Amino acid sequence: MSTIAQKKGFGGTLWDFLTTVDHKKIAILYLIAGGFFFVVGGLEAVFIRIQLAVPNNDFVSAGAFNQIITMHGTTMIFLAAMPLLFAFMNAVMPLQIGARDVAFPFVNALGFWLFFFGGIFLNLSWFLGGAPDAGWTSYASLAIHSKGHGVDFYVLGLQIAGLGTLIGGINFLVTIINMRAPGMTYMRMPLFTWSTFVASAMILFAFPPLTVGLTLMMFDRLFGANFFEVAMGGNTVIWEHLFWIFGHPEVYILILPAFGIFSEIFAIFSRKRLFGYSSMVFATVLIGFLGFMVWAHHMFTTGLGPVANAIFAVATMAIGVPTGIKIFNWLFTMWGGSVKFTTPMYYAFGFIPSFVCGGVTGIMVATAAADYQYHDTYFVVAHFHYVIVGGVVLAILAATHLWWPKMFGTMLNETLGKITFWFFFIGFHLTFFIQHFLGLWGMPRRVFTYLPGQGFDASNMVSSIGAAFMSIGVLVLLYNIIMTQVKNVKVGNDPWGDGRTLEWAIPSPPPFYNFKQLPLVRGLDALWLEKMAGKKGMTPAEPLGDIHMPNASFIPFMISFGLFIAAFGAMYHKDYSWGLPVIILGLLVTFGSMFLRSIKDDHGFHIHKEDLVDDTEKGAKA
Amino acid sequence: MHAEEKMTYEKWPAAPEKTTLEAKNKFIGFWLFLGGETTLFASLFATYLALKDKVPSTEAALAKDLFDLPLTFVATMLLLTSSLTSVYAMYHMKNFAFKKMMVWLGLTVLLGFGFLGTEVYEFSHYVHTYKHTFTSSAFGSAFYTLVGFHGAHVAFGLCWILSLMIRNSKRGLSLYNAPKFYVASLYWHFIDVVWVFIFTVVYLMGMVG
Repeated sequence: MSTIAQKKGFGGTLWDFLTTVDHKKIAILYLIAGGFFFVVGGLEAVFIRIQLAVPNNDFVSAGAFNQIITMHGTTMIFLAAMPLLFAFMNAVMPLQIGARDVAFPFVNALGFWLFFFGGIFLNLSWFLGGAPDAGWTSYASLAIHSKGHGVDFYVLGLQIAGLGTLIGGINFLVTIINMRAPGMTYMRMPLFTWSTFVASAMILFAFPPLTVGLTLMMFDRLFGANFFEVAMGGNTVIWEHLFWIFGHPEVYILILPAFGIFSEIFAIFSRKRLFGYSSMVFATVLIGFLGFMVWAHHMFTTGLGPVANAIFAVATMAIGVPTGIKIFNWLFTMWGGSVKFTTPMYYAFGFIPSFVCGGVTGIMVATAAADYQYHDTYFVVAHFHYVIVGGVVLAILAATHLWWPKMFGTMLNETLGKITFWFFFIGFHLTFFIQHFLGLWGMPRRVFTYLPGQGFDASNMVSSIGAAFMSIGVLVLLYNIIMTQVKNVKVGNDPWGDGRTLEWAIPSPPPFYNFKQLPLVRGLDALWLEKMAGKKGMTPAEPLGDIHMPNASFIPFMISFGLFIAAFGAMYHKDYSWGLPVIILGLLVTFGSMFLRSIKDDHGFHIHKEDLVDDTEKGAKA
Repeated sequence: MHAEEKMTYEKWPAAPEKTTLEAKNKFIGFWLFLGGETTLFASLFATYLALKDKVPSTEAALAKDLFDLPLTFVATMLLLTSSLTSVYAMYHMKNFAFKKMMVWLGLTVLLGFGFLGTEVYEFSHYVHTYKHTFTSSAFGSAFYTLVGFHGAHVAFGLCWILSLMIRNSKRGLSLYNAPKFYVASLYWHFIDVVWVFIFTVVYLMGMVG
């Protein structure tokens, strides 16, 4: 097997991506698919803001509005934010720990295809009789009685996508436990790797309750079970619990990697070691732990009683402590540093005040007694958009600029990046700041319109104008991406010049085996240490030798595709007689592919060290 | 040591299930997966406890009417013994005694099928004698989902161990397939542990509480 890049046609490249098990290519797949769904969810948000811009609007009907808000939330959380973070975890985390790939490359590909087919399935609902319309939380009391197949698309689509996330989480955990380079102890791992580790552990324990919740809902809607049918002894609150036992950890699964991204950015562009590294690690783990203890704060008004409400309120407020530790550590990292204002640093700067706003309103809604006033108003909408957009989305945009050169070998335009930032940042505050007040003035969330003269008119218009600003920001980013890829100016190992961690020690984009020789890690910020010692790169930890690599495989695609087929059968089996055969056919494809994978030995292949030496000499001449 | 290497008794390592890097990954990854499975079953147990004896009418059968301890005792004995036989199988795997491992795995599979048989009989008994079905009440849905999820795990485990046995019947043990056998036996133990909880929470507490 030669390591020299070969010219391939479009078909060859497509087949390459359909069968790849390389974490860097899977990262690109996650980035493209997640980016696509981000645009789709963004369009849905724009429709919401057009509808609400003026009172008594009829841009969309009430039914369509319910579908749009449901799909906006579901798409943004499950199909945009998660996969985009997974893109960066895949692209960067193995490089940061000095690994040649993840622990289970095959499972990594399987995780992507499951997510992909789940997402496609969910979005096909728009063309097949209407999207889910019971809100992204899909409370059973609404969802059980939703007409048509919308909620079935939600249940089956998220089930498939959720399986992908779960196995992705296990894969990252094992990678970090087993595949660290010599000298890379836990307390030398970069913060992004740490946050990937904790977020993956949370995925492992948070997603199975969602799996169960979705299964119960599927049984109720499609197979005649009675979990949520009160007349048959069922109880709809079970769904609320299962959903939030998953749902609250989920928001920390999203925000912890965002914290990790900003921790990298603050250290790189302050050109200074991250302040309070061990307290940052401690805070990350503590947030991960406390994240499981607070789910019922979404259910203060369900009627769990004052004792439960008080316990969950106090537990929720406790999360403010480790989060506060992090905020101060980031500020102290910049203190006395030589700060360079690049695009990622703009986002990091914008993130701190935005996220603190979201944190403060978080403490407000955590106060159980006061929450009876905030519940189901625009105040809550403002709060979670401040933490998700002001935290996660800013981090994703920052990471896109920071790691674009590492993923694609060329840098996004800095000027356009800053223009994107200003449009997005101003638009974000314009959209959501006023929504705090709309909520306090009494505007309920999830209403498709409102009457004039209630004091909501001007504020809603302001909010909609903000959404337009954010859209312009995203369009500038897309233009930036296209122009950058067209120009394709190649960059070296460390294009920002201040890289601290291992990913900046190897070429951009890295060769498919990442490290020709595994690096020897001497401390935190491994590359920075070598630079300070006057060396050009990392000291190798092993002699040049054969490298073992995994084989590409089309089976992950087939396993996921089988579930995609079976989901259609499950959905229509009550309406049409072909439903049951299609379920069986789909499951046969899935389990047959798994069986094939099991009985066919897959030993991978070796790159011989002579080929590696060849590569270097060719590289030197070029 | 490489996964493809031809093995002898002398060369066989003390812990063949985690000698190569791939095996180490598989070993830890599977333990983590079982952690996720634990939360899955915990959610099902919680749902069952919330919906236990929640039925639409006074005629419907409740837990105390349904369960029959002698049958459950037989099922429990079959499954617990199959866990023991899989331990023997792994003992022989570690000693590079392929034939003996296959015999004990075969016994494990037989006992597993025995357990599944009692479960099928039990379910059909409830359906026909007590009209206690998946759709008859929230209690029925929760009962069949919890116990059925466990039963589906048993069935999957049987298919898994059987395919491993058939696939490797002619070629003996290697560092490539030893971790596969080991992980399958871990899964089998996990199923057993879940049954211990089902036995306690569903059947014993159903008879008493």
